[in-house]
Formats: sequence, C-alpha cells, structure tokens
Amino acid sequence: MDIKDVEKLSELAKIELSAEEKEDILKDMGGILEYVKVIEKVELEEVAPKYDIKNVWREDKIEPREFSAELITGQFPDSQPARSHDNSGAGGGVFLKVKKIM
Amino acid sequence: MIDLKSLTIEKAHQNFKDGVFTCRELAEAYLNVIKEKNGELNAYLEIYGDVLAQADTAQKKFSDGSATLMTGIPLAIKDNILFAGHKASAGSKILENYTASYDAFVIKRLKEEGVVLIGRTNMDEFAMGSSTQTSAYGVTKNPIDTSRVPGGSSGGSAAALAAGMALVALGTETCGSVREPAAFCGLVGLKPTYGAVSRNGIIAMGNSLDQVSPFGKNVRDTEIIFNLLSKYDPEDSTSVPDDLRNTKNVTTVPKKIGVPWHLFSTGVDAEVMDNFKQSMEKFKNSGYEIVDIELPFSKYSLEAYYIIMPAEVSTNLARFDGIRYGLSKQGSDEAHNLRDVYVKSRREGFGKEARRRILLGTYVLSHGYYDAYYNKAIKVREKIKAEIVKAFEAVDLIVTPTAPMPAFKLGEKMDDPVAMYLCDIFSAPANLSGVPSIALPSGTTKGGLPLSIQFMAPHFREDSLFTIGKKFEEIK
Repeated sequence: MDIKDVEKLSELAKIELSAEEKEDILKDMGGILEYVKVIEKVELEEVAPKYDIKNVWREDKIEPREFSAELITGQFPDSQPARSHDNSGAGGGVFLKVKKIM
Repeated sequence: MIDLKSLTIEKAHQNFKDGVFTCRELAEAYLNVIKEKNGELNAYLEIYGDVLAQADTAQKKFSDGSATLMTGIPLAIKDNILFAGHKASAGSKILENYTASYDAFVIKRLKEEGVVLIGRTNMDEFAMGSSTQTSAYGVTKNPIDTSRVPGGSSGGSAAALAAGMALVALGTETCGSVREPAAFCGLVGLKPTYGAVSRNGIIAMGNSLDQVSPFGKNVRDTEIIFNLLSKYDPEDSTSVPDDLRNTKNVTTVPKKIGVPWHLFSTGVDAEVMDNFKQSMEKFKNSGYEIVDIELPFSKYSLEAYYIIMPAEVSTNLARFDGIRYGLSKQGSDEAHNLRDVYVKSRREGFGKEARRRILLGTYVLSHGYYDAYYNKAIKVREKIKAEIVKAFEAVDLIVTPTAPMPAFKLGEKMDDPVAMYLCDIFSAPANLSGVPSIALPSGTTKGGLPLSIQFMAPHFREDSLFTIGKKFEEIK
C-alpha cells in the first residue's frame, strides 16, 4: 500500500485527511495488513463458503412505530417547515435541508 | 448503611420485599458512591436525571404486588444502547448531541421489569478498542488500580460495577468487549449465543458479531440478566425464534472440558498461564475430565476477525454523514456542497481508531482485494465455526484464559494497533462461531490484579456456562 492508496480510500470512505494523517494511516495499515495477510495463505479445500447466514425478508407493509417524529426531525442539522399549502404533511411536516450536490 | 459490596440481585430483592430498604434508598446509595468516585474513574458519561423517579415507580410495583426479581435493581448501560429521549453517543464525537428516538429491545425488557437505569457508561469509540482509551470523552480508569485500564470496549460498565456504582451492568461484545474488561476488573462477563439477545436499538459495529452482554459480580446475577434479555425479537432479523433454540434435549451437567493448549502456548503472561493451570487442577480435583483438543483453524481467528469486522464497520459507519443527526459541518463556511459536508463532518466526528477501521474495511472490500481478504476470511470463519461445533461432540465445554495479560497501564498499546488487537485473541473464536462464552474471575496476580478464565459452550447452552461458573465459585 502506498500514499495514493490511502488517498483513494479516504475518497471512497468520505473522510478528509491531512497529509500527516495520511502518513500515520499508511504506517498503521502496513502493520495491520502484515498481521491479517496470513489469511491469504490458509489452506482450505476447494469448498464454497456454506452460508447458513441468509437474508431474512419481511412483507413491505406499514406497521405502527413508537418513534417520535419530533425527536427525529428535531435533530436535523438544518430544516425547513413544510409549506402551508402542502396538504401531504398533515400536522406540519419538516423538510431536511441539504447543500447543493454539485 | 446498605452493604453494597456483598449485595446481589436476589439479596436486594429480598430486602425490598422485607422492607429493609426501599428502591429509592438503594438508588441513593449508588448515587452517593458515584458522587464520590466517578470524577476520578470516568466510568459514567451521564447519570440520568430521573433515577430517583424510576426508583419510586419501581417501589410502587412492590406495593401493588407486580414486582419481579429485577424490579428496582440499579443497572448501568453502555453508551451504545438506545434509551428513548436520552443521549447515546457510542463514545464518539460524531454522536455527541444525538438523542435516542426509541428504546432498544433490551431497554424495553428492563423497563417492563421496573429496573432502575442509572446512566450511560464510557466506551471505546463505536466499541472499537480493548481499553476504553479511544473514547472521545476521555479514558476510564480501572477501580482496582487507577493507573491501569479497565479493559474495553465496555470499560465504563465494568469500572462502574467494580467500583460499586451499579449492582449490574450491560455492555456489548463484538470480540471480547465484555469478557476482557470483566477479566481486567474481576467480574463475570457473559457473551451470549449470537441471536439470543436482540440487537435492535444497539448502535452497530459488526452486525454478524455484535451481542448485548451482561456483567455481574457473580454468576447468578449474570444469569438473571441473561434470562431476562434472551428472547426472540421479530425486529432483529438475526434474533433466533424460540422454537429454534435447541435447549430442549439438553444433556446433563457438563463433565468433560476441552483445552486447546496450542492456541495459547505462546504470547501469554506467565502469571496468567500459572493461574490457568492451577484452575484446571481445581477442576480435575473436583472430578472433571480435562482433555486436550485441537482447533487448527481457530488459530486464525483474530486475523479473520480483523478483516470481517472492519468490513462491517466501514459499511455501518457510512450512515454517520452529518445530514440527519449528530455532528454536522453543514453550517460551516468550509462546506460548499454536499460532499464537503460528508468529508468534513466525518473528519471531525471520527477519532483515530474509527478512521483506521473504516479505511481498513474499505480496503478489504475494494475491487482486487475482496477475494484475497474478505471472501477468504469468511471461508476461514466457516471452518472455525465447523470445527468448534465438531469439538462439542467430544467435550461439553472449551476453556482458555480470557485475556493474555492482566490489566495494563493507561497509555500503553495506543501507538501499536496490532498489540492492542492481540488483547482479544482468545475472545475471537466465540464471536466468529457465535457460541456463548463466559469470563470468570480466577484469582489475582502477586500485585493484586484480577485474573480470569473463560469457558465456551455449544450454541444456546448458556445454562452449561452458568453451571460450571457456579461450580468454579465454590472450588476456586
């Protein structure tokens, strides 16, 4: 792994890092990957992993929840009340505001 | 004066029933200890404002006859368990202002019984650590020796209990986060079977590994909490339905104990090893059969864990992006667009270890490395699980030391991630295979630090762990 890889990972994981932090991460990664890479060498007979772990699905139907809407919308970093002529948000909904994407 | 040191759940319950003391008096006794000790130890991040009101509500259950064994019992919870209307920060700056919008399944169960929830305890950030030193809210100290760590990641819960600031406590385990601090603080810690206790309302770290796990000062208290919480929850898709918990054809009491000596022949502190051997002698002298077993794939447990867990971490922690809750750089002048909000909120909100694991997880899941790391680790995990299940055809229990060393000094291992990870080397097989495991106090070092051994049992055989644990309390 080199510094370019760290930059790529920071980009993918969406965490900004300073030059010094990148160096630190590179050093730590070296040690950790050295440790875990023994996994590559473990000999297994050619078997597909037998997952007894499987997805559990449920019907897509609306069920009552005890969530308090206010506790959720009250924690939005930035919000705007629903417009008064918008009848969909009965009881006064709240919009979550985000920055422009581009 | 209530004797908190020797108090157990059953004793407290009897005292409530006999009117020796009230729920409020017991809660006040713990609040007094907290006032005296928490400043130095930093075990609790917050004492809930309504502790005495909760105690009064519990007391009413004694008056109207609806009280149960857990009614009025003061309990501490780890900071990653959601308690509606209360803060839950998972030891992270990114959630410093987050208020839980619903109750975790375990909190619902505790509330139904009238348990008194005292407060939330410190932890490694997002449960990533083995010493409670990566919390954004400062380190927690070990009450037995304040120059040392309490273990982690559930170090706050362990310290709170060991210092007499709660009667019982909840932590969570992904890999040893309850057993290792139990070992460092002289407590009993139980990691239940994966799927026994609902993960609903627990801030996730590694979904395929996480389990809510109780701490107690003794085996019986731990058993009581487990029995209360071990229940099917349709809201957690990995919660195991009651009819699949194969506890009906249980064999009798455990008699044959397997020791995988080869897993800890090196890298173990001499006093830990001596103590372990002495403990085995005690079992032998009490009529248990001790046999050598081989678990050839299990020696890769920690390596496999440090691939699988970061992969799950990188996915889980993607939700903390400064948009809906928690720390946000949305209002900052530096954030010009949505991407800026993400990268700057995450930069400021995540500490060093959380960043390390997110990046490591991103790496092992990325194109070109997925097969070599993640997919391979998953296969090794299946092998580990298979060999452990197979081992239980020949033995009733498997035993190892809980941790390779006793509690270490504050500040130690912080610059060497791999040295820190090795604290959990004996924990990993149980978490990867999903079997239950219990850490039991087994004596102290010459310097007075607690030592511990841990047993593993087949899936859903916690009863077997409680049986052996109580036996060890008699013979140790």
